[in-house]
Amino acid sequence: MISHLAVLPVLLPLVGAPACVVLRRPGAAWAFACGVAFLAFVAASHLLVQTRELGVISYALGGWAAPWGIEYRIDLLNALVLVLVSAMGMTVLLASRASVRGEVDPSRHSLFYVAYLLCLAGLLGIVATGDAFNLFVFLEISSLATYALVACGRDRRALIAAFNYLIMGTIGATFILIGIGFLYMTTGTLNMLDLAVRLPQLGESQTVFAAYAFIVVGVCLKLALFPLHLWLPGTYTQAPSIVTAFLAATATKVALYVLVRFSFSVFHLETSRLALSLEAIFITLGVVAAFAGSLVAIYATDLKRGLAWSSIAQVGYMAISVGIGTAAGLQAGLIHLFNHALMKGALFLAVAAYVLRVGGTTFRELRGIGQRMPLTTAAFVVGGLSLIGIPGTAGFISKWYLVMAAMESERWLLAFLVVASSLLTAVYIWRFIEVAYLEKPESGKASPQKPAGMLLTCTLLLALANLYFGFDTRLPVSTSAGAAANLLGARTP
Amino acid sequence: MDILSHFNYWVVVVLMMLGFFIVIARGNLIKKLIGLNIFQTSVFIFYISTGKVIGGSAPVLSSDIQLYSNPLPHVLILTAIVVGIATTSVGLALVLRIYRAYGSIEQDEILEQSRQ
Repeated sequence: MISHLAVLPVLLPLVGAPACVVLRRPGAAWAFACGVAFLAFVAASHLLVQTRELGVISYALGGWAAPWGIEYRIDLLNALVLVLVSAMGMTVLLASRASVRGEVDPSRHSLFYVAYLLCLAGLLGIVATGDAFNLFVFLEISSLATYALVACGRDRRALIAAFNYLIMGTIGATFILIGIGFLYMTTGTLNMLDLAVRLPQLGESQTVFAAYAFIVVGVCLKLALFPLHLWLPGTYTQAPSIVTAFLAATATKVALYVLVRFSFSVFHLETSRLALSLEAIFITLGVVAAFAGSLVAIYATDLKRGLAWSSIAQVGYMAISVGIGTAAGLQAGLIHLFNHALMKGALFLAVAAYVLRVGGTTFRELRGIGQRMPLTTAAFVVGGLSLIGIPGTAGFISKWYLVMAAMESERWLLAFLVVASSLLTAVYIWRFIEVAYLEKPESGKASPQKPAGMLLTCTLLLALANLYFGFDTRLPVSTSAGAAANLLGARTP
Repeated sequence: MDILSHFNYWVVVVLMMLGFFIVIARGNLIKKLIGLNIFQTSVFIFYISTGKVIGGSAPVLSSDIQLYSNPLPHVLILTAIVVGIATTSVGLALVLRIYRAYGSIEQDEILEQSRQ
């Protein structure tokens, strides 16, 4: 069992999903899915402990040795993202029962959990695998499940959002496929480690640049990096609240992982001739995303939509950290990846509770919600403060490392812009606080649903995690430091 | 002769652009899916073309054949074709539900209804 540990986080949900189809009763399907997600989380945590002790764990799938067979290669970076994705997947799933009952058609409840498990399996697979083509297959598994999940939304506009996402997502995935094809054409291998060894031997090859360009564009579509973000606001707004919480906490994080993995482990961006121009592109797009996303979020009249645009802004910070490209920059990006999942998980779970209580997420409907749902709103405020980067929250740590990384590489303007865009975040969080606490609730509106204990517990748990990781930063900081050093140190002479 | 020797790759580029254009320019959701399929198919042809070894035979093990074409891209593309079929079927299922919900599969008519 232990020798197969590397494959377990992926295998459990992948096998669990078809087994879940058999369970007709939604309650049973939910309980089963929670069990599977919990086991995947336990396996991922074990992997993280092992990689911290032993370094890299390599697993040859089916006993075929790399580079011929598919290799699962777990280092600190994979292990950290695996733990994050499986933990968020499990927490959101635990919270999901009441919200799914309120928002999804009853005939689809058990299948909803099947699609959820498939999506989780795909995301974990992307992170665990060391094979470029295998990555594409897992990407499509998670994407297809995501389209189905998004289409479960209450409003018929969810169908349009899912269709648009399907078109954009498939174009992105096909671009990645083209890029992988170019790589295979020039090197004859699909194993990432093998690619990393062989690519430098080719020198400055046009085909390799084209491969990198296709992969970056494809991944940035999935990451929703400005200006490839067009699918994200509609999808996040129209999907069931639970799906939004899940996607916001995991899917964009996994896309960032893929970007970092390809840029640094496979292509050695830091030594490439393209490094300078790519740095400029990532930083420029990241800064524009951070400002544009926050500005649109300020003017949004719907809380869920506002948070979706805020996600685009946050992806901007992660792109900036990739653009900085130093060990400190990558470390900041990975810390932000970790912390942003906690923030957006807490925020969107609170939104799910609001939808359940008042039936919608427009600011009109949310007037005075702070008095009616004090605990949920408190959790939202903690998540919001973390999003701004107030000291004492997890968000402060990631902003701190990002600003330090920018200053260390003597980009003073960038450091200033990061701080300035954080102030914009404060504006839209304050706007919600004003609506929630200072305005009178619309009278005479009874709550249509009884409060959901699990949902509240998980929201509070994530809010507490935001506070906890604001003080005890050992896990994300030390792991990401090791991961960043690995990424930059793995270059072959 | 250079153009002819890379004939498959020219087909790939033309199909890819055609498919991409249809996805972007057409407002009919089914046509968008067809465009997406053409776009994906061009990538399949690209992969299969790279597997060809000049003078190589079909990759069937035999004692009197020395040179084989590379079978791996074919296997990869089998997987990608399955993925493509799954994508198309999810897309078609979505279009069907969109038609039931809106009574149309034309993008501008749907947008008009969404705004109301």
